Amino acid sequence: MSHSSSSPSTTERQESSENSLVPAKKRIGDSVFKGLSTGSGVLILVVLALVALFLIMQALPALTTSPDLLMQQGYGPFWSWVIPIAFGTVYSSFLALLFAVPVGMGIALFISHYAPRQLAQPLGYVIDLLAAVPSVVFGLWGANAFAPSVNTAWIWLNRNMGWFPPFGGQASGTGRTMLTASLVLAVMILPIITSLCREVFLQAPKLHEEAALALGATRWEMIRMSVLPFARAGIISAVMLALGRALGETMAVAMILSGANVINWQVLTGTNSNTIAATIALNFPEAFGLRVNQLIAGGLVLFVITLAVNMLARWVVSRRAAFSGAN
Amino acid sequence: MSKRIEAKDLNIYYGKFRAVEGVNMVIEPRSVTAFIGPSGCGKSTVLRTMNRMHEVINGAYVEGKLLLDGEDLYGPGVDPVNVRRQVGMVFQRPNPFPTMSIKENVLAGVHLNNKRVNQATQDELCEKALRGANLWEEVKNRLDLPGSGLSGGQQQRLCIARAIAMQPEVLLMDEPCSALDPISTLAIEDLIQELKENYTIVIVTHNMQQAARVSDRTGFFNIAGTGAPGKLIEIGPTEKIFSKPDQQATEDYITGRFG
Amino acid sequence: MSTTATAPKSSRHEASSLTAGQLPSWSTWVALVASIVVAALLTVAFGGFNLVGALALGALLFLVVMHVWSMSVEGGRKAVDRLAKHLVVAAFVIALIPLVWVIWSTLTQGLPRMDVTFFTNSMRSVVGQGGGLAHALTGTLWVTGIATLISVPIGLLTAVYLSEYGHGRLARGITFFVDVMTGIPSIVAGLFAYSLMTMLRGPGTQNGLAGAIALSVLMIPVVVRSTEELLRIVPNELREASYALGVPKWATIMKVVIPTAISGIVSGVILAIARIIGETAPLMIAAGFTASQNMNPLNNAMMTMPVFVYDQYAHPGVPVAPYHERAWAGALTLILLVMALNLLGRLIARRFAPKTAGR
Repeated sequence: MSHSSSSPSTTERQESSENSLVPAKKRIGDSVFKGLSTGSGVLILVVLALVALFLIMQALPALTTSPDLLMQQGYGPFWSWVIPIAFGTVYSSFLALLFAVPVGMGIALFISHYAPRQLAQPLGYVIDLLAAVPSVVFGLWGANAFAPSVNTAWIWLNRNMGWFPPFGGQASGTGRTMLTASLVLAVMILPIITSLCREVFLQAPKLHEEAALALGATRWEMIRMSVLPFARAGIISAVMLALGRALGETMAVAMILSGANVINWQVLTGTNSNTIAATIALNFPEAFGLRVNQLIAGGLVLFVITLAVNMLARWVVSRRAAFSGAN
Repeated sequence: MSKRIEAKDLNIYYGKFRAVEGVNMVIEPRSVTAFIGPSGCGKSTVLRTMNRMHEVINGAYVEGKLLLDGEDLYGPGVDPVNVRRQVGMVFQRPNPFPTMSIKENVLAGVHLNNKRVNQATQDELCEKALRGANLWEEVKNRLDLPGSGLSGGQQQRLCIARAIAMQPEVLLMDEPCSALDPISTLAIEDLIQELKENYTIVIVTHNMQQAARVSDRTGFFNIAGTGAPGKLIEIGPTEKIFSKPDQQATEDYITGRFG
Repeated sequence: MSTTATAPKSSRHEASSLTAGQLPSWSTWVALVASIVVAALLTVAFGGFNLVGALALGALLFLVVMHVWSMSVEGGRKAVDRLAKHLVVAAFVIALIPLVWVIWSTLTQGLPRMDVTFFTNSMRSVVGQGGGLAHALTGTLWVTGIATLISVPIGLLTAVYLSEYGHGRLARGITFFVDVMTGIPSIVAGLFAYSLMTMLRGPGTQNGLAGAIALSVLMIPVVVRSTEELLRIVPNELREASYALGVPKWATIMKVVIPTAISGIVSGVILAIARIIGETAPLMIAAGFTASQNMNPLNNAMMTMPVFVYDQYAHPGVPVAPYHERAWAGALTLILLVMALNLLGRLIARRFAPKTAGR
């Protein structure tokens, strides 16, 4: 070494006992920090257990009381009350998926494989803006702006295509129908489907895509050959997550749909099946006594439905992980 | 400064898998010892046990004794953190901390260990470490710029400066030149020659010419086949290993008959 | 369709084998304009011009015309390729319609009431004109602030546990249940907080804290997810470099790992706030409705902005107009707030991202 002073000042090193290998005491920082972080992980488990426990405890009175008492002090016998709104929940979400899945996948493909590369990210942001609009604003827009505008079209559909059962019945005068609510729901879940699908489409192996193109495939054939098969599981899980979101969506439906406690397949009438979440939101502020318990029990049913859907989505994803070696 | 390392019947495991077995050797202070051998033979694993970085991987542990001037690194109650403060390490790829400036990188070990040092001592320490790593002249005017703005070779010398700023007894180098161009490699090799006057240096390398150029002693590791544990075949003065080794396997490897 | 006939019967000239049998580049635009014109004429023929109808019908017409034309000139494979491209572009345009429409409605109907009174007054004893969301603004600040104070430490520490410490059963269990938590419907989170308050303070208890607890249930999994992802991206080399300097694990995490990821973590937290600040249903249930300022999150109902919007819309007086104006103005405020938070989050993520290793 060129300079002689490279030997460090020994005083500085010997002043602490750290140079002996055996520590004076167990490092407190490490155990405290590990304890804290493990603790908050465990806390999440506790909170979730509490969510389930409290919901069940508050729901129990409604589930155990006699139907007669619920008739007087509640919203009617539990199961005959909850089944129509459970139907409405599933039906509206299903319709929303029907609209949102093709459009959402189309947008994702547009961004990942059609739009010029410099535009792809800004266009992604534009779609993400939809996710930034709070659901109460969608509700306000749906009820005050969207429903009145589309009502003409709904009446036309009802008059000319009434032979198709879902379009039949007595058309609504306000446009606040199942079809309107489902369309707004579809808009709300669009960004979820788009962003998740875009991600899996972009992950499709470049080598496969180039192989397809080199064989003379058109762009669409390339997408069908090498992108969509690769992305299938990802698309399914995106759809499931969007479904979970649609099932739990409250305000937009509560504000747009003119709902009732019935089962009705027709999407253009003034009597629509309400959803669980909307029923709770609309009735909770005025509810008391057993009615509160009944609404909480309804929430429990909703929780179970969304949980089942989410589990299914996770299962699909994990199955995909097991097969990913083949890709 | 500069301590002797001694391994006695060292077996190294990853979970149930025995990665290296039966290592016995002595590494002399103020010298450069090179580990060579084919890929996967365990030379990096042995190196990482010397500052207890091995156990950062989940389920990894060690049997046998590894002595630093007679003190067992794996003795009961030994704090790996204290071991690492005395045994510095330089990695295969330069890894300066991206959130820190050049100066902060050099002083990272001091700061992260919560040592209170006054400004003048800090500046002095920083300059000494950077001079020690032959980097001072190149960076003295931009000490407050991010370390990631340097070239690969400069970054690696910055990492060496960071390690010697801790004033360790031993400096371990895990293929320090494998990600560098030939000119940067030469600069590091020159630096190693200078550093050995003060430190015990152990270097793992894939490059036999490098081992021959920089080291005083060379250890050859080999592996019987995939899944079998790696072994230290022989260790001795570099000239002897490269001219007339005791073991046939070493000669085969040196002369390029396999590996 | 008539357009097919009017179009030039294509360039079948065999000038080059590479360009043969293709539609010229202008054909798309010609077909699009022609289709919309024909559709507009059709709407005139059937009872009056209708812009929306013309555009929708024109788009459909264009898809059919272009497909048939391409099929006849370029063959089936090329035609399907074109159809797919047009459908994909159409999907994007369709998604823009509601976005533009929502923003347009909110702007035009919300702007008239974006005055000083709106931000300084509450709704206390206001009937008809006037009033504002001052009480809801402070309520939202309280509730969101408390929710953030609860969620960020828990979320951060859990993410640290998952990425730095957790390996075994417990870590897998926590990951799984964080996923489950992500799927909790927001109204169920509200019911949970309400039940909790019922247990603690008796039935019918609604206050700001309950609202904050409900929002925390929704926010924690978001924070855990984004933070964990970012911590996992921090290269292991940096952790090893720090350990090799003799730095204990907790100091490595605090001073090397977290600082490297901090910009992403902060932006993740801001995006999580943006997500919960617009939540209505859980607050309606747990925090309730009120027309007055309430600065005490432990007692009595606390108004929040989304609930204010809903309340003005759903429970108007007579005449309805001032109530709906307030609802739209509240919606506009809310959208601006959420978008500002989103922008801030993205900016932070981009501006302060650490320069990684310089290559």
